Amino acid sequence: MPIPEPKPARAVLSYLTQIQAVADTEIRKLRRDPSELLTRAFQPVVWLLLFGEVMANVRGLNTTGQSYLDFLAPGILAQSVLFSAIFYGISVIWERDLGVLHRQLVSPAPRSALVLGKAVSAGARGVAQAVIVYALALMLGIGLSFRPFDILGVIALIWLGSALFSTFSLMIACLVKTRERFMGIGQVLTMPIFFASNAIYPIELMPHWLQSVSLSNPLTYEVDGIRTLMLQNGLSRYGLPIDFAVLLVLTGLCVAIAAHLYPRLAE
Amino acid sequence: MSEPKAVIITDYLTKTYGDVPAVEAVSMTVMEGEIVGLIGPNGAGKSTLIKMLTTLLPPSSGDALIAGYSILTAPAKVRAHIGYVPQLLSSDGNLTGYENLLMSARLYLVPHHEREERIRSALALMELADAGDRLVQHYSGGMIRRLEIAQAMLHEPAILFLDEPTVGLDPVARHGIWKHMRELRDRVGMTMLMATHQMDEAEALCDRIAILHDGRLQAIGTPGALKADVSPDATLDDVFAAITGSEIAKEGSLRLIQQGRSSAHAHS
Ligand SMILES: Nc1ncnc2c1ncn2[C@@H]1O[C@H](COP(=O)(O)OP(=O)(O)OP(=O)(O)O)[C@@H](O)[C@H]1O
Ligand SMILES: [Mg+2]
Repeated sequence: MPIPEPKPARAVLSYLTQIQAVADTEIRKLRRDPSELLTRAFQPVVWLLLFGEVMANVRGLNTTGQSYLDFLAPGILAQSVLFSAIFYGISVIWERDLGVLHRQLVSPAPRSALVLGKAVSAGARGVAQAVIVYALALMLGIGLSFRPFDILGVIALIWLGSALFSTFSLMIACLVKTRERFMGIGQVLTMPIFFASNAIYPIELMPHWLQSVSLSNPLTYEVDGIRTLMLQNGLSRYGLPIDFAVLLVLTGLCVAIAAHLYPRLAE
Repeated sequence: MSEPKAVIITDYLTKTYGDVPAVEAVSMTVMEGEIVGLIGPNGAGKSTLIKMLTTLLPPSSGDALIAGYSILTAPAKVRAHIGYVPQLLSSDGNLTGYENLLMSARLYLVPHHEREERIRSALALMELADAGDRLVQHYSGGMIRRLEIAQAMLHEPAILFLDEPTVGLDPVARHGIWKHMRELRDRVGMTMLMATHQMDEAEALCDRIAILHDGRLQAIGTPGALKADVSPDATLDDVFAAITGSEIAKEGSLRLIQQGRSSAHAHS
C-alpha cells in the first residue's frame, strides 16, 4: 500500500513527524548513555576555574562594568555549545559507515527533515551543557538572571547555535566523508571560530582586521545574545534582534546546504 | 485476474566510477509479485545496481522506473513505494527493536493511530515479539536481519530490495529468513529483488534469476530455463561457471564475512 499523499494542511504535521523521527532516536541514545555529556562538562570547568580566575586579575581588561568572570561565563557557555556541535558530523560519518544512515536516506522523508532532526537533537545536547555551566556559574557567584523570559531566550539561543554549528558540521561531513579528514578539519576550524569572537575578551582589544573577522563570526552574536540574557546586568552590543536574526538566517542557509549535500553520504 | 504489470523496469542503467564501469547498460524488467535473484561474483555490481534502484546512488546514465516512477525525476515517490535491506547491517544497535521500528514508522508517516499496532504485528511476524524492548546490539545476526526486514516492510511497500539478506547467518537463521520472504510474497504479493552469492538461496526462493558479471547482465530467466540452456542435467553452479567462466566461492570472500559480522555489535 503506497503512502497516502499528504494534504497541504497535513504536510506541516508530516514534516514535523519526520523531524521527530530522527531527533527522538538521537535523544533516546543520549539519555541512555550520557557519559559524553559529562566528559564535555570538564572543559567549561577548566576554563572558568583556571583561566577565568587568573585572567580576572589582569588590569585594563575593560569588560564594560562586569567582572571578568561574569563576562567570561556566557562566552564559555557558547564555547561548549560550539565544541559539542561542531563535531556532530563525526557521528554522522560513523552512522554512514555502519549503514544506519542509509535507513533514513532511503525513506521518503525530505532530506531537510532528516538534517533538521539532527539539528534539533544537537540543540538538546546544547541545553544539557547549559545546565552544567549554569550550575558551575552559580557556585562561582556569577550574577545569573533567572527571569523566565531570559531563561527562555538563552534556551532559544543555545538551540539555534547548536543547530547552526551542527548543520555546518554536517555540511563538512558530507564533503569529506571520512572520520580522519573530518577530525583534521574540525580541529582547524574550532580554534579560529572560538578565538576570533567576543567569547573570552572584548573585541575592542583586537586589531582592526580581527575585529572585522569577529563581526562576521556567528559565534560573536551567539555570545552577545547569551551575555545579554544570562546575566542580571547583561547588556547587548548588537541588539537581541540582530543576534537572533544572524543566527536564524545562517542556520537556514546551513540546513539548506546540508540537505542538498546529505544524499552524498549514501553513495 | 488482472494483467501482470512490470514494477521494475531498468533502461540501460549505468554507473561508472572514474573509468571503471560498475554497472553497464543493464536493462531488465521485474513483474509484480516476482522474486528475482541477482547473482554475481564479488564486484559484479549487484549492490551498485540496487543502490541506484533505491535512489541512494545517482546513475551515470540510463534510467529506471520503480512502481511507475523514475528514479531520476521522482526519487521521493520511488522511496515511498520501496523497502530496502542493505548489505551492511543497518538497524541501530543503540536502540531497541521497538525504537528502530518507531523511527521507521515516523519516517514513513504510518498514521499515528496505526503505529503501535503495526509495530507490534511486524515484530510478531518476524518472531521478535519478546525481543522488542531489548537493545539491538544484544541481538543475534539472524534477529537483526529479521528486524531489518520488519523495518523495511513496515510501510507495506510494493517492492522490497534485499542485498544479500542471509550473509553471515547460520543455516537455521537462513531458512527463517527464506520462510519470511516467501510469506511476504504469498500474503501481500510483495515484489522482491534480492542480491545473493548463494546458488541454493537463489534456487529456493527466486522465480527468475539475473546473472551479473563485470557490471553486465549476462542472462536472465527461470532457474529451469537457465539450466536447460547449458545442459540437461546442469546445476545453477554449472550455469554460473558457463556464463562467468569462474566458480563462485562457496564460502564467500573474507571481505564479505567481515561485512556480515560488522553488525550492531561494533556499535558501542
Ligand atoms: N564508491 C566506490 N568507488 C569506486 N568504486 C566502487 C565504489 N563502490 C563500488 N565500486 C566498485 O564497483 C564494482 C561493483 O561493486 P558492487 O559493490 O556493486 O559489487 P557487488 O556485486 O555488490 O559485490 P559483493 O558481492 O562483493 O557485494 C566493484 O568493482 C567495486 O570495486
Ligand atoms: Mg554487494
